[in-house]
Amino acid sequence: MMGAALGAAGLGALSGCSPTEGASGRAGGGVEGRHWGFVVDVEKFNRVADMDKIRSVCAKAYNIPSIDDPKEEIKWIWEEPFEDSFAEMDEAYLADAVKDSDVPVLCNHCEEPPCVRVCPTQATFKRKDGIVEMDYHRCIGCRFCMAACPYGARSLNFSDPVKHLDHVNPDFPTRTRGVVEKCTLCSDRIDRGEMPLCAEASNGSILFGDLNDPDSDVRRALAQSFSIRRRASLGTGPSVYYVLKGVEEHA
Amino acid sequence: MYKGKRIVAFAVVFCAVVLMPFWANAFGASASSGPEVSTDTPAINQMDEKQCVAETEYMKGSHMQLLDQWRTDVVRNGSREYTSDSGQVYEKSLDGTCLGCHSNKEEFCDACHDYAGVDLYCWDCHDGSAS
Repeated sequence: MMGAALGAAGLGALSGCSPTEGASGRAGGGVEGRHWGFVVDVEKFNRVADMDKIRSVCAKAYNIPSIDDPKEEIKWIWEEPFEDSFAEMDEAYLADAVKDSDVPVLCNHCEEPPCVRVCPTQATFKRKDGIVEMDYHRCIGCRFCMAACPYGARSLNFSDPVKHLDHVNPDFPTRTRGVVEKCTLCSDRIDRGEMPLCAEASNGSILFGDLNDPDSDVRRALAQSFSIRRRASLGTGPSVYYVLKGVEEHA
Repeated sequence: MYKGKRIVAFAVVFCAVVLMPFWANAFGASASSGPEVSTDTPAINQMDEKQCVAETEYMKGSHMQLLDQWRTDVVRNGSREYTSDSGQVYEKSLDGTCLGCHSNKEEFCDACHDYAGVDLYCWDCHDGSAS
């Protein structure tokens, strides 16, 4: 009797929640038809952006531990020399200015994400707005996604990450040992109508917008510049574009 | 009765031992009065009308189902707002909404979970003590 009463109360209280999958048209999260992406102006980034600042705002907001050991470090956004981030563009007489420039790299939020294909628990999945998101609750730490990602954008917590945090931001959960994590493209901020933190802290060198909208900042920048994507030949369809000249004049 | 005294004596001892738990329960110090759960936190004391996202009776019995649904809604479906039966809109957030009010983990969450003998790992990631 008591159970039945609680059950009925339960259904009533849950009526405010959206259906789990399918019918709502929002399964997978995000707004259908959007395709969020970044356009990085590499030259401008090297001139005006402060990578330490970007990494620290990102780390503070999302409780990313700072671990020096390269085997255990947790990376959401970091810097990589041009030569390494675009290894396939191994041109003989590449200009030194390009070759020596640092490129900010992060999860590419692929259109065909290999990490999503290999995840055995669907802990990582693609939202309707193109963001490749993680459900940390479901991650079993098998690291298939780390093997599948051609960009090294995923990191496993080999030890308790909380020990490596100076300060815990109570607004975002931390992770535990044995869970893989990566850049979320600030999906929680996007859902609230805010910009991703790295774009906000980049002094205009990282543009953010809807790649499906021809009038967006990112599409206008791409229409007027020569752009490249990391290892696009693999067919992953990265959503992060890099331009070497031109964004600044047109953005 | 053959060895009657002994039989009666041991029968009395036997009954006393068997009935002891019932005796203790009936007359002892509140053995099964349930856990002491406190809602005495600054955030709750500030509220004019003390109201949770759902009825107290429902929250007592089924808060885990609600939280499970919220998790699916937020992480997988991107739905972050919850409208309660009273029409008030809340953010579906364990850290923000739940632990924002119930900041006394020991006296609120732990009190009942310890009593019920359940061992949870929610707080490994959702650090209620920080808020």
